[in-house]
Amino acid sequence: MQMTDYKPKIVAFCCNWCSYAGADLAGNNRLSYPAEVKIIRVPCSCRVNPTFILRAFQRGADGVIICGCHPGDCHYTSGNYFARRRMALLFSMLDYLGIERERTRVEWVSAAEGAKFAATMNDFVSTVAALGENRRLEDLRCKK
Amino acid sequence: MQRIGVFVCWCGSNIAATVDVEAVSQALKDEPGVVFSTNYQYMCSQAGQDLIKQAVAEHGLTGIVICSCSPRMHETTFRRAAAAAGLNPYMVEIANIREQCSWVHKDIALGTQKAIVLGRAAVAKLHLNAPLTPGETPVTKRALVIGGGIAGIQTALDIADAGFKVDIVEKKPTIGGKMSQLDKTFPTLDCAACILTPKMVEAAQNENITIYSYSEVESVGGFVGNFDVTIRKKARYVNESICTGCGLCTEKCPVKNVPNEFNLGMDSRRAVYIPFAQAVPKVATIDPDYCNMLKNGKCGVCARVCTAGAIDYKQTDELIEQKYGAIVVATGYEPIKLDKFDEFAYNSSPDVITSLEFERLTNAAGPTSGKLLRPSDGKHPHRIVFVQCVGSRCAAAAGKGKEYCSKICCMYTAKQAMLVRDKYPDTEVYVFYIDVRTPGKNFDEFYRRAAEEYGVKYVKGMVGKISPQGEVLKVQASDLIAGRQLHIDADLVVLAAAIEPDRSARPLATMLTASMDTNDFFTEAHPKLRPVESPTAGVFLSGACQGPKDIPETVAQAGAAAAKVIGLLAKDKLTSNPCVASVDELMCNGCSSCERVCPYGAISYVNKEFRMPDRTVALRRVASVNPAVCQGCGACTVACMSGAMDLRGFEAKQIIAEVDAICK
Ligand SMILES: Cc1cc2nc3c(=O)[nH]c(=O)nc-3n(C[C@H](O)[C@H](O)[C@H](O)COP(=O)(O)OP(=O)(O)OC[C@H]3O[C@@H](n4cnc5c(N)ncnc54)[C@H](O)[C@@H]3O)c2cc1C
Ligand code: SF4
Ligand code: SF4
Repeated sequence: MQMTDYKPKIVAFCCNWCSYAGADLAGNNRLSYPAEVKIIRVPCSCRVNPTFILRAFQRGADGVIICGCHPGDCHYTSGNYFARRRMALLFSMLDYLGIERERTRVEWVSAAEGAKFAATMNDFVSTVAALGENRRLEDLRCKK
Repeated sequence: MQRIGVFVCWCGSNIAATVDVEAVSQALKDEPGVVFSTNYQYMCSQAGQDLIKQAVAEHGLTGIVICSCSPRMHETTFRRAAAAAGLNPYMVEIANIREQCSWVHKDIALGTQKAIVLGRAAVAKLHLNAPLTPGETPVTKRALVIGGGIAGIQTALDIADAGFKVDIVEKKPTIGGKMSQLDKTFPTLDCAACILTPKMVEAAQNENITIYSYSEVESVGGFVGNFDVTIRKKARYVNESICTGCGLCTEKCPVKNVPNEFNLGMDSRRAVYIPFAQAVPKVATIDPDYCNMLKNGKCGVCARVCTAGAIDYKQTDELIEQKYGAIVVATGYEPIKLDKFDEFAYNSSPDVITSLEFERLTNAAGPTSGKLLRPSDGKHPHRIVFVQCVGSRCAAAAGKGKEYCSKICCMYTAKQAMLVRDKYPDTEVYVFYIDVRTPGKNFDEFYRRAAEEYGVKYVKGMVGKISPQGEVLKVQASDLIAGRQLHIDADLVVLAAAIEPDRSARPLATMLTASMDTNDFFTEAHPKLRPVESPTAGVFLSGACQGPKDIPETVAQAGAAAAKVIGLLAKDKLTSNPCVASVDELMCNGCSSCERVCPYGAISYVNKEFRMPDRTVALRRVASVNPAVCQGCGACTVACMSGAMDLRGFEAKQIIAEVDAICK
């Protein structure tokens, strides 16, 4: 898709203890990534309800990424395992609905991985940008 | 409708350099509900906070949005400022336009646009915020310590010293743990009993400490500050308060062949016994598996000889219920079973022993009164082989042993080898090792003394096979440095068996909802920053139950755990994070999905009366969250299929409002 000034809309859910802190560290180290990424803070990746992701796609998001602590490091011991399983199911359902796998992702980013956070976002944004706009679930009534 | 105030911070030039702060505050002025919007150089400064106070008063604000640095930085500051201005502290939302905007986006137009979107999301969320108040629960000023080894004893003494009541529950007839079985202790070589028994006595005499020996924890309910614990005090068939510990019964009991567990089965005791001379409490215990009177009603010798009249064959287990504010786990360790290590002939030769057995053999109160004699024939051994890492640092693929390093074996082997050479210079001593690990204060010096001054022969290499042949043990080993095979005829072989957590730890962990690692060691709340707390609030960890530890480390951790407990018990009330789960009882169908995912056991079920549409009243089972236990992860909110469970401060509708604002 050749759209020169096309900017994908990306929603990133970050857990408070690891990934949100990892994003803060990326900031502290001035590691840039595209401004299209907007972060929503949640206590744990397990707080992310699949309906939040569906809602984002309905409202015109082009990609949604969920970031949590590495397996075994969850502040609440097991939250990221729940998130991993729930998202695996949701993503395969979305895939079935025609939303490409590449538009969704679960990543583990620790509070010490500022560089990984920035690299992940750079990669995710360019992957989603290459896919172009997501129209599959978008509810055009919301667009007024 | 909320009346929202927006405050955009410049953070000096940190934000202002790449975000047009004036444009942001102007743009957010147009958001619904925003009645005031401004920007200022340093919002976190006193002047910035005064600005908030003034605006709240002037514009009758009900909530504020701060566009500034990360909430991880200044959320508390701004919540305090809000409270000072008369708002509920939870009516504050922060848009992170520094770490996650100005510092990562160089382009002013893009940065400004993103800051506006983040501000909008915060405003949208704030519209749905509700005032929250932290819960308060009273604290029971009494602590429970499970396990009476050096860890448990030290923790109890420290807590008692601070003036709080402590109960120690020890499953064996006496407190003291493994340390009471040791001979001398590294790195100072002072005798274990000399430094341990005074502490045992101190614990027994301290008026703040109650010792429940020969007892186990039966059940645990409640939560931090308010645990309800049932303790099973097992029948010892001796009235503890009458028994004087004179030991007459233990001399007269006709059942003489009971393996003595204190000496690891290397000698025997009677059916009625006192584990060792300095036992605390020093009272007799009747072993129901061997006592003739308890087994078939014939005997009664001990009751006849006891001048105090303390024997009570009719005694039954007693259940004690007690409330505690905090619980410390100090259940320690055990050496692993060596059944799977046939190559070392542990089960086939009495002269292949474990290091703990060796401690008893050299202990003056042990089965040989401290003389180092071979268990098989009572002869003095002239060549001893010590084997380190037996069952430690094993490859997972080996299917036996443990992957971890047991940490204490290098040092106690050096100690034992050194003591042998010191007492019996005619005895040749070999130590086979993979690595000698001595990272502790004065530890490496200690090991070098063993090798250099005492002439202990350290050989890097593993022992392949030990075969008993006549009087000797044929030891086949490799010397990795010389690159050759060694054949040694040894009189005694000592195996440094790996250590593992006490087997009772797993059921205990389930009772406490405390988590364990794959090796059944208790896990700490944070491996670096919270090493003596378990992830379950109010449950603390002390000693080797958390991981292999020597005595100095155990005592240090015991003191740290005590300090945490004292900090908790010193509070009259606990305030809890108000961002916890809450149930909409009308929507809940009592399915239990939420309970299954909660890592803290915060959810239980209650039967409640509901008025039904047909005006009848029905009893329904609904979930109920204990706000003092819930840590606010939100796992349950997603597990709930009826949408009854939500998380305060991060409610579904709030997050969806943020999603909508971002995607607009
Ligand atoms: C051969 C050998 C030699 C050693 N030599 C030295 C040395 O020289 N210097 C040194 O610093 N360290 C030495 N150590 C290490 C030392 O033994 C430990 O550091 C120390 O004993 C740990 O204390 P603890 O209280 O954590 O555990 P433990 O001593 O194991 O005590 C745990 C206690 O809890 C009780 N318990 C367990 N489960 C329950 C339950 N469910 N309910 C109630 N009670 C329970 C047990 O009965 C026990 O009394 C040696 C260890 C070995 C094996
Ligand atoms: S939010 Fe987490 S801790 Fe609280 S009740 Fe739900 S699952 Fe348990
Ligand atoms: S999962 Fe939902 S419906 Fe089921 S018991 Fe919990 S709150 Fe009630």
